[in-house]
Amino acid sequence: MRFTLRSQQLTPVKFPHEDSFRISQIPFIPQPLLNPDFPYNKDLQQLLTGKQLLLEDIPFPLNEIHTHYENGYITYRSGIQYKGKKPCCGRCGNKDPQWFSAYPCKRCGETCLYCRHCIMMGRISECTPLLGWNGPVPDTALPQKIMAWEGRLSEGQQVASDHVVNAIQQNKEHLVWAVCGAGKTEVLFAGIQDALADQKRICIATPRTDVVLELTPRLKAAFPEITIASLYGGSEDRHLFAPLTIATTHQLLRFYHAFDAIILDEVDAFPFTVEESLQYAAIQARKPNSAMIYLTATPNQKWQRECRTGKRAFTTIPARFHRHPLPVPEFIWCGNWQKQLHKNKLPPSILKWIKDRTVSNKQALLFFPHIPLMEKALPIVRGLALDTEAVHAEDPVRKEKVQKMRAKEIPLLLTTTILERGVTFPNIDVAVVGAEDDIFTESALVQIAGRAGRSKDHPGGIVTFFHYGKTEEMLKAKKQIVGMNREGIRKGLID
Amino acid sequence: MNLFLQDRCLICHELIRPSISWRAMISVEKEHSICTACESKLEKIEGETCHICCRPFIYLDEKFRHGNLCNDCTRWEEDPEWQGFLDKNISLFLYNDFLKEVLAKFKYRGDYALVKVFSELMKDKLIKMEPDLFVPIPLSDERLYERGFNQAKAILLVSGFTPSEIITRIHTEKQSKKSRSERIHLPQVFKLCQDLNLKDKNIVIIDDIYTTGSTLRHAARLLKGAGAAAIQSLTIAR
Repeated sequence: MRFTLRSQQLTPVKFPHEDSFRISQIPFIPQPLLNPDFPYNKDLQQLLTGKQLLLEDIPFPLNEIHTHYENGYITYRSGIQYKGKKPCCGRCGNKDPQWFSAYPCKRCGETCLYCRHCIMMGRISECTPLLGWNGPVPDTALPQKIMAWEGRLSEGQQVASDHVVNAIQQNKEHLVWAVCGAGKTEVLFAGIQDALADQKRICIATPRTDVVLELTPRLKAAFPEITIASLYGGSEDRHLFAPLTIATTHQLLRFYHAFDAIILDEVDAFPFTVEESLQYAAIQARKPNSAMIYLTATPNQKWQRECRTGKRAFTTIPARFHRHPLPVPEFIWCGNWQKQLHKNKLPPSILKWIKDRTVSNKQALLFFPHIPLMEKALPIVRGLALDTEAVHAEDPVRKEKVQKMRAKEIPLLLTTTILERGVTFPNIDVAVVGAEDDIFTESALVQIAGRAGRSKDHPGGIVTFFHYGKTEEMLKAKKQIVGMNREGIRKGLID
Repeated sequence: MNLFLQDRCLICHELIRPSISWRAMISVEKEHSICTACESKLEKIEGETCHICCRPFIYLDEKFRHGNLCNDCTRWEEDPEWQGFLDKNISLFLYNDFLKEVLAKFKYRGDYALVKVFSELMKDKLIKMEPDLFVPIPLSDERLYERGFNQAKAILLVSGFTPSEIITRIHTEKQSKKSRSERIHLPQVFKLCQDLNLKDKNIVIIDDIYTTGSTLRHAARLLKGAGAAAIQSLTIAR
């Protein structure tokens, strides 16, 4: 679309004519002063507060939207911004020339550059305005009692919980480094309660939709009278204004200066560390003066170093809530297992491991580095345990298979790294076949080992890395696990 | 051109590894717009097909085949109101789940660049068809503003042909929300721009997808009514 710029005000024009501009050609976009007497639309306020949306995302007529701009309630920003000659996407922060393309645009009548990187959320091109809210924030009535959760925290959790409360109060950054199965979610409750009581707006963001779906009912149970928006691709809460938001990191791209505190869960998990744009999204979504809490079981090397050297505020929870140590992985050399697989065989050590589980009737997860190798192994494993299944990211019946594993209908489940985190089976052993593969990073291996011994009734569990040559990552993973157990004992968190 | 900038797949954005072979070194290889993994997910239409609509017979039950034609085309051609308008349709790929996603991103999300995935092949076909005019299936004004571009016109432009925008749309309701019989029994959905004399013209109509064939036949009927000699059509998917 195009705008005319007259007497310090923008006016949208439907048809291109001279004297009109694309929003990216206007260096300073004038913002009319807020007219306190203007009867603004409360639904628009709910929808737009703390957001950056396209006109297509807003189910109101353009003239109504524009009247809100004229009265100072709505802001227009340019969708594509130029830093010198280089374009930058105002929503996802993309600056890579290979992620831009151009097309002859009917809306502005020119060749229009657009961002391909975030196009799944609606196209942002040079003639696209991003809309935000400049009026008052919606009132949220607080219930008498904010939190209904009455559980008790372990000692380790309590320390972390206090630090989280502090960081949110003082708008600081804090890392909670908690082992798999430490009970990270409960650690957040006190901080969230405190922030809500202060009329703050909070967001829990995670890279994975599964985690959003899992967290939502738990938080709704803990804060039953608080409106909670649960956001992921295709969710229905898109237009809901809520003091507490649970979102995939992708959905953060629709927010702008919205949150007083963002809690980033599984910071190390794909794709957050991979994708700069999601880092950018988190920064855009938080208010300039706000808190940031990072939660992870496996911080990357850089962060671990920053923790050791005192450059990053952090708290560890080195032990699980059930006060048993983490299972330490054992390394077993299995020779050239890939070559064996190509001859439709598995190394004897792996076969024995599998037989032992079938004899003792213990469920197990077997991780493989690549789908084709896993599929090659499946018939061999089925020869030992008939109902064995295999899952990977693109498996259409992935959920059903995981469900069957939970129901103990599957003895062994072969998997790629897709099940490395987020899933919990109470009583299993875990093996990695080909632990030397590049895909098995320190954090992946720690997460995989963390699948075993989760429940308090079955705190044990055997973790075995079958390898064709130990790697640095395997050693680091083991070291991290052993170190956490030692710290747990030292702090009296393990019996 | 930036030497350090490696080509990336237009669909999955993975790096495209240049093939290292004698042929690659000696001859100028065609520029690849997608990676081999994505290319393998596109299913080319090959083998025996319906002589009118290009539907592959291998996936079709024998009882829906009548000689050279599929059941649908037989029904069209038996209908005195519709017979003989569309002479031949050519489609490049099967409309499988992968292509569905790619085309949805192209059309509905408006990722114009994706047209390059198909433009080389479309170009080859268009050259072979040797028409006098290339006519893109039009969008309504409303839809055109919403999408920002017309996908059929984009195919022609990027393949290097000049579109003849001689028909426009009368109806605005979305095709994809209608059933087959609703689509077929619609009154005319297109009109000719001006009183054109298309006598003896050989025309190719361009669209992105051939679903029931009713859109293309509506356009074909209109064009033949204005004197066109032969109407072929070309779509990405079938």
